[in-house]
Formats: sequence, structure tokens, C-alpha cells
Amino acid sequence: MNSIRVISILFTGFLYLLFQVLVLKNLVLFGTAFCFLYVSYIILLPLDLKTIPALLISFFIGMGVDLFYDTLGIHTASLLVIAFVRHRWLQVLVPTGGYEDDLQPSLMNMGLGWFLSYSVPLILIHHTIFFYIESLGTDLFFTSLQKVIASVIFVLVMSIIVQLLLYRRRRGI
Amino acid sequence: MQRIFLFLYRIRAFLLFVLLEAIAISLIVSNNSQQGSAFFNSSNEWVGSVFKTQSNVIDYFSLSSVNISLMEKNAKLLTELESLRRPADSVYIPLDSSLISSIQFKGAKVINNSLRLAQNHLTINKGSNQGIKTGMGVINEQGVVGRVKTVSRNFSTIISLLHTDLLVSSKIQSNDVFGSTKWDGLDPQQAKLMYVPRHVVVAIGDHVVTSGYNSIFPEGIAIGTVIEVKPGTDTNYLDITLKLDTDFSKISYVYLVESFQQQELDSLYQTTGISNE
Repeated sequence: MNSIRVISILFTGFLYLLFQVLVLKNLVLFGTAFCFLYVSYIILLPLDLKTIPALLISFFIGMGVDLFYDTLGIHTASLLVIAFVRHRWLQVLVPTGGYEDDLQPSLMNMGLGWFLSYSVPLILIHHTIFFYIESLGTDLFFTSLQKVIASVIFVLVMSIIVQLLLYRRRRGI
Repeated sequence: MQRIFLFLYRIRAFLLFVLLEAIAISLIVSNNSQQGSAFFNSSNEWVGSVFKTQSNVIDYFSLSSVNISLMEKNAKLLTELESLRRPADSVYIPLDSSLISSIQFKGAKVINNSLRLAQNHLTINKGSNQGIKTGMGVINEQGVVGRVKTVSRNFSTIISLLHTDLLVSSKIQSNDVFGSTKWDGLDPQQAKLMYVPRHVVVAIGDHVVTSGYNSIFPEGIAIGTVIEVKPGTDTNYLDITLKLDTDFSKISYVYLVESFQQQELDSLYQTTGISNE
């Protein structure tokens, strides 16, 4: 992992953060579907990134989003969970022949089926934790459930669109 | 000893995870108190300046609706002023100067707003430098907006009325029965009026206004209109649904209520042990 890659990873994170708090913060479809696209940044971190740097990155991204959403700590807490689980989950889903080292686990690199089975549970975990901490102390169980499901679908669609538009396919050797 | 260190080294990722998660959870807990730390929210100077730049761009799109609402408020105030104007042959005797100016309003611009979460906040472009204090009431020309939570030098964060923890002391205008308005987290246009006993007759269309009991809001600021009255399921109270007068999706300017009696009232309540919400 050379310094150019590290810088490009951090810069991408910064772009995701800016896009999230300036544009997507005001975008809520039908009052239930939130677009937490920054989750897809953590999901798309390179395969060889270990858990510790992933945790640190997600802590700072989460704090940044929290500052702007006034949801102190909630985004951070839920993002840390998927950063911690991510590496293990990748080990479970290892395809025959193993991973290429510095690949991004994106739609084009890994195929639609693999990408969905990798990202849907992670996004679901994040959103469930987020919306249930956020509505803690109220009896909004079904409202939160509705928000979780609608947001997971929305984020997934947005994430796929962003990948198709902006991510490049890595040619295999 | 070495094996312990080896073991700790092997689970270092887990330890870091627990540490960071503990920081996040302690922040969530500390933020749940009404006066949180001023640094980690949108009244922070950097975050505030980003929102300010953003709203400088976006504001132009809402100018016409802002102008219309200002004009309506002006017309209302002019009508009120006309009724207060003294005829030429009247005599004016001031009764007590301490009663005259117990409330002052300050205007501010909203630079950040949310309404779809269960706990919504706003950010405004004024802070302690402009005399904003924690706990001040916030209204706009339509009705109640919320309460100031934290203040930095140039920005403040407001707990929106659309926050499941905020209670606003209110009363039904027609019969002066009082209760508390609280948002139930479902629809940003509706809220619940709580603690109204069953024997009270509440009609659909009754106006609900602030009671003025705790001097955060002056008496008679609009909150909403009753649209549904049901007997509560298992309590002694009615289940009343209000349609809120304030359109939270279009807030651009707000007024902050500074009450000069609030400190005195609060200390009086404290010494007598009354908590009034």
C-alpha cells in the first residue's frame, strides 16, 4: 500500500463526506428513505485494508457526518460496527481462488450477485443500529423498520449508480 | 506476562473497536441531556460556517416565499398596531414599568434544518456574540419552532418542536385548559396534545397556543389546530392530535424570545421544587 493509494483513499472519503452533508442530507424520499451513501464508501474500501485502519477511517467519517446531522455519536457507533465486521464477512464470502489483493469489492469487479450478498447485510446492520438508537425511548418500532427497509433499498440503488458512473473496472491479468 | 501481551496484540482490532465504540456511546449519552457539549454539534464554528456558505447559495430559491410570509406578518402586525393606537383625546397613564418590557425578540436565519428523523434539530446563524442564550424559545411568524440547545460564539443549535423529547407547555385557546404538546415522531405536520383530562370538551378546530406558564414562550403563540380527539387507550387523558401551524419544511427565518423574567421564575420554581413543562 503506497502513499499515493493511501492519499487517494482518504481523498475519496473526504469527497463522500462532503457530498453526504451538503447534498444528500436534504434528500429524503417519501419521508422514509434516507440516503446514507457514505456507508458505501466503507463497504468499497480495498480488500487488503485491515480492520484497524478501517475502524479509524470510519470513526472520523462517522464523527464528520454526526456533526452535520446533530446526531452525536449515532452514525459513528453504527459505522464502527460494519467496519469491524467487514473483514470477517469478506473472509466468509471468499470466492474460489481467493481475492486479488488490492481490489475494491465493487459491483464491476465482483459481479452483481456477490456484491449484493456482500453489501446488503452490512448496510442493513448499519441502518438497523442507526434508526433504532436514533428513536430510542420512543415507541416508533414500525416507523423505524419502515425507514430501515426503505433506506437500505435507496442506498443500494444509489451505490450501484455511483459505481457504474464513477468507478473503473480493474482488468484481471 | 509475554503471553498476555501477545494475546492483547492479537485482539488489538477488537480492543480498538471497543474503545472507539465506547467513545461514540458516551457521546450519545452525554448528548441526550438538554445541554450537551457545545463542540460536537452543528453550532461548532467550522460546521456552522459550512452551513452558512451553503445557505448563502440556496437562500435565493426561497426568497419569494420568505417575502410573502414577511408581508403577511407585517399586515397582521399593522392591524394589531392600529387597534393599539391611542385616539388623540385619550390620557395615557403608565401603570408599572416592570410589566412593560419583559420580553424581547431577536431575529436569526436558519442555516440547517431536518424534519424526517425522530430527533430533529435546526442551526441558526447567531450565537453568544449576538446575545443568544441556552434555553431561549424559538418561534417564527407561523408559530412555535423549538428551543435553543447549545450556543457557540456565532451559531446555535435548536431542538426542533419535531423532537420526541421536547415538551411545550400549551393551552386550548377557547377554554384555557392546559396540556403539553409533544411530537410523536410520525408526521412532521402533526403533534399530540397530552395531559388533557377526559372530562374536558375539546372540539375539532380548536386552536392550541402556548400557555406562557414557564416564560420560555410568551403567552398566545400559535402551536396548532385540533384535528382529532379520541379517548386515550388506558390513561385518564384524551388523545388529541394537532395539525401544527408551523411548516417545518419551509423555515428560513426565526425569532428568538428573550424573557427578562425567566431567570427569576426559574429560581423561584427551583426553591419551591416545582418543575413546569
